[in-house]
Amino acid sequence: MNKQRYLLDYTLRLADDALIIGHRLSEWCGHGPVLEQDIALTNTSLDHLGRARTLYQYAAEQFNRLPQGEKKNAFTSVAIQNLVASGENLGEDDLAYLRDGWDFRNMLLLEQPNIDWAYTIARSFFYDTFNYFFFQHLAGCKDESLAAVAEKSLKEVTYHLRWSSEWVVRLGDGTSESHQRMQHAVNELWAYTGELFVMNDTDKIMLQEGTGVDIEAIKPLWMQRVSAVFEEATINTPTGTWMQQGGKEGRHTEQLGYILAELQFMQRAYPGMAW
Amino acid sequence: MEGISKEQVYEWLSTVTDPEVPALTILDLGIVRDVEVTGKGNDTAVKVFITPTYSGCPAMDVISIGIRMALISRGIGNLTIEMQLSPAWTTDWMTEEGKKKLKAYGIAPPHRKAFQPLGLFEEDKVTCPRCGSEETELVSQFGPTSCKALYKCLSCKEPFEHFKCH
Repeated sequence: MNKQRYLLDYTLRLADDALIIGHRLSEWCGHGPVLEQDIALTNTSLDHLGRARTLYQYAAEQFNRLPQGEKKNAFTSVAIQNLVASGENLGEDDLAYLRDGWDFRNMLLLEQPNIDWAYTIARSFFYDTFNYFFFQHLAGCKDESLAAVAEKSLKEVTYHLRWSSEWVVRLGDGTSESHQRMQHAVNELWAYTGELFVMNDTDKIMLQEGTGVDIEAIKPLWMQRVSAVFEEATINTPTGTWMQQGGKEGRHTEQLGYILAELQFMQRAYPGMAW
Repeated sequence: MEGISKEQVYEWLSTVTDPEVPALTILDLGIVRDVEVTGKGNDTAVKVFITPTYSGCPAMDVISIGIRMALISRGIGNLTIEMQLSPAWTTDWMTEEGKKKLKAYGIAPPHRKAFQPLGLFEEDKVTCPRCGSEETELVSQFGPTSCKALYKCLSCKEPFEHFKCH
């Protein structure tokens, strides 16, 4: 792959992360435990989806500039290949709705199901903490478009992190039932947190180019913040070291399939459908 | 049409309001970054640069339509609206005039500079826009739109919205 392809891969991964967590959180719409929290989740979801849109638009611009030969094999989905073969440019919606699961590059943590309030909070808390440090670094990167998205997102992510941190404390230091559920969710999702800091080829090359973020360097900051909130919440930090990974390479858990089945249904069944 | 000035375009833009907070114009909010006017007469072309308040703010589409309507009705046919992400919008871009209008409208305006972030569990002190009491309580950091939080006043017992420092 050349540098342009790595930048496309990097942009798409950030977009996929945002779309998938945004979709997961949007599943709470109308089901939140109280109205204010329902609104909090949909607001947060909207921030993620807004970021996903900007990133997909940028990814589409990059894709449309690739030579035809490279476009043909970029994605495995027949729907995309047909568009490319007909000489059409791709847009943000094509990237979100027409790629198949193995073309998605989101981290496994983000596709995990909501299960209950504690799982939802734990998943957001791990990701929000990561984002808080990640976007601080990305805001200073050489790629102007990514830096602008990061600068914008950092402010939103700061709200997300406050919200999810407060809930970890409220549940962890709450009743015995809420404590036990919070601890359980943290233990269960812990194995997906390793992938947040895995530097694959794309990360390494983007870092060399001055575009990517050194995510290994974020790990101690993340750990420190997570431990501090867990301490306040009387939650034990899991000691397990075995970590599940693969999302960044397109190897997903079965959960992603269910998301895409719902998310992509209309565009797959009625291609090009518009409101 | 005679050559039009940038100031003229700004004056027209001052009639476009935010669909979610109609008390504020887009100039009060500080989301118009720049205006470019080129050419004269029938060749007049106007470019308006706007910036989103929040990444997923659905009002941006409606605001773009508002700008389009305001300028087309003044005979500007060649119009481009460009989204400019950097530097990111903050509530510091809101004018003092805008903050006064917000308060009169019943929404507590942002009062802290956006570049002075709060500590992790620190909370803003927000004054009730109705009775002026400082005895208020955060109900939810997230409100009916991305830019607002929900508060209640412990003195006059009225619920109110706060335009978050962002």
